[in-house]
Amino acid sequence: MADGVPLSAVVLAAFALVFAAFVHAASPVDLYEFDSAEQEARYRALIAELRCPKCLNTNLAGSDAPIAADLRRTVHRLITEDGMSDAEVLDYLQARYGDFVLYDPPLRPATWLLWFGPPLFLLIGVLVVWRMLRRPPAAPLSDDETARLRAILDRD
Amino acid sequence: MSRASLFVPLAVFALVVGIGYIGFSLEDPHRLPSALLGKPFPEFEAPLLYDPERTVTRRDLLGEPVLVNVWATWCPTCKAEHDELLRIGAATGLTIVGVNYKDDPQKAKQWLAAYGNPYRMVIQDPDGSLGVELGVYGAPESFLLDADGTIVYKRVGDINPRIWRDELGPLVGQLKDG
Repeated sequence: MADGVPLSAVVLAAFALVFAAFVHAASPVDLYEFDSAEQEARYRALIAELRCPKCLNTNLAGSDAPIAADLRRTVHRLITEDGMSDAEVLDYLQARYGDFVLYDPPLRPATWLLWFGPPLFLLIGVLVVWRMLRRPPAAPLSDDETARLRAILDRD
Repeated sequence: MSRASLFVPLAVFALVVGIGYIGFSLEDPHRLPSALLGKPFPEFEAPLLYDPERTVTRRDLLGEPVLVNVWATWCPTCKAEHDELLRIGAATGLTIVGVNYKDDPQKAKQWLAAYGNPYRMVIQDPDGSLGVELGVYGAPESFLLDADGTIVYKRVGDINPRIWRDELGPLVGQLKDG
């Protein structure tokens, strides 16, 4: 260990290095050209919003999977060459890969539990708490009971 | 508090465990429901592996039931299903069309020369763009098309004797009879 360098600084630097490595690994870089900054911003927003079909919980922007690279290329092509709107790009990918690619799934009977589950559970929780609070406080002990309690507590 | 209500936490716990068990075991989270079932096979234009000058399109897949098999030499499961594809092609006469997905044409030809070629034609998809049209997210994937080019069945993963017996074979039978 180098003289004069506090251990905590070394540990911190090590953490920073490890973290930097993760950040790097999590952001594959494609060098795409865009006609305008607006197109590039839309591209970035879309790949952040679309889910990689091969990965269970990574968006296209954050995945190194080859299929994610293919889909980023596809999104780039749809925006720059085909001039699609954001909604059209989402429709295009949904038509081929299903709801899975959308992190924001559409409301339909199969996704009701997904959408209404959390408010439902919150409602159940509120009801439980409400009932507990409404319960009348326990009646105070009678003189007889107080005496028995004292006898038990004093036993040892 | 009544005695029965003491069991409420246990019941809630059992319910959560039960939902978790069903949620994590019944469905393979890696298996996406196909968005293309019942839809027409997408339009495409791609060169053939053995005749790169010639491009084929969707029209070349029409007229009879066709099994479109997306494969690559880098895909071990493709090797695993290969014998079954050869068997199906020889035994039933079903037309099988290969899509060589994100692969090197040279390696693909060597592979087919070494292991046998079950395909009536092999379409090249070097950059995976036909794969994107098909919603492919890994190889192998297979699509059964009726004579009009509608996708009637999709399999993600290998075609094995069990899949042929239980799922694919009966469908092919229906298509050929009907």
